[in-house]
Amino acid sequence: MNWLMLIALLLAGPAWAGEARPLADDPVVEARLKRLAVELRCLVCQNQTLADSNAPLAEDLRREVREMIVKNMSDEEIIEFLVSRYGDFVLYRPPVKTTTMLLWVGPFVLLAGGGIALAVALRRRGRRVEDVVITDEEHRRVEQLLSQGVKRP
Amino acid sequence: MNRFLLPLTIFGIMVGFLAVGLTLNPREIPSPLVGKAAPIFSLPQLHDQDKVFSPDDMKGQVWLLNFWASWCSGCRTEHPVLMDLAKSGAAPIYGVDYKDQRGEALAWLDQWGNPYPIVAVDAAGKVGIDYGVYGVPETYVIDKQGVIRYKQIGPLDDETVEKKILPLVKELQAK
Repeated sequence: MNWLMLIALLLAGPAWAGEARPLADDPVVEARLKRLAVELRCLVCQNQTLADSNAPLAEDLRREVREMIVKNMSDEEIIEFLVSRYGDFVLYRPPVKTTTMLLWVGPFVLLAGGGIALAVALRRRGRRVEDVVITDEEHRRVEQLLSQGVKRP
Repeated sequence: MNRFLLPLTIFGIMVGFLAVGLTLNPREIPSPLVGKAAPIFSLPQLHDQDKVFSPDDMKGQVWLLNFWASWCSGCRTEHPVLMDLAKSGAAPIYGVDYKDQRGEALAWLDQWGNPYPIVAVDAAGKVGIDYGVYGVPETYVIDKQGVIRYKQIGPLDDETVEKKILPLVKELQAK
C-alpha cells in the first residue's frame, strides 16, 4: 500500500512541485477533516486547533483522522477515538460533566452576580439623590451660566 | 473602610486563584488510560529488527514502558534516572523509540548507556497515539494484568521515582 502511494506520489511529482502538499485527494474527506479539526485541540501547542498546528503530533493526528474518515467512521466514533486516548482535553467544547460544571456554569453565575451587584448599586445611588428646591435667584444664575459658559482660566 | 473591604476581599480571592494556577503545570493532562488495559501493539525491536516486542510478552510482571527519542532533550535529562532505576532492578524498563532514526537511536544508547532490556521502534508514532503520547518522554507503569497504573508526562526525576514509582511498583508486585 505504502509502495503504491509512493509510486503515485513520484509520478505526480512534477505536477505539484513547489506547491504546498495537498492534504488528501478527496475534497469531501478534506472538508470533513477541516470541520472536525477546528473542534479539536493540538496537545503540543495547547492553544491551537488540530487544523492550525504544525506540530508533528498534530500532523500525525490529522493523518489518523483522515484515515478514519476514509474508513467511513462517524464523527462520534472519531471523537471517541481521540478522547479515549487524550481525554476531554482534546475537545474545544468539553462535555457537560460534574468536573466541567464550573466551566460551563461559571460565566453565567458571574454575569448574574454582576447584574445583581449593578442593580443594588444603582438602587442605593438612586436613594441618595434628593430633590432640592432651588430659588428663583439660583435658577436665574444657572441659566446665566449655561448661556455664557464658564470662563476658564 | 467598609467600602474597601469588598474589593479587597475579591482581590484576595483572585490572588489566591492565580497563585494556585501558577503552581499547576498545564502540560500535565490527566490520562484517561490510567486504570485501563495497556493498548496492544507489536513493534519491531531496535537492536534485533527481525524480532518484535509486544506488551503481551510482559503479562505477569510489573514493568515500565518509556517512550523516548534521540531528538528529545527531556529524554537526555531523564536518562541518568532511568539508568539508576534499571540498575536497582526494581522493575524492568522497556523502551519505545518514538518517531526516530534507527542509526541515531542506536548511537544515542551507545553514548549514554542503555537502560532497556528491549527497545521497540515506533517509527510512525502510531503506537504513541494509542498510548496518548503527546510529548516524549512519557512513562507508564503497567501491572501484572497489563493495566496501566500510572502515567508520567515529561522526564522522570529522582523524587518522582522515590515517591511515586517505587512505592507503586512494590505495591503492584505484592498483589
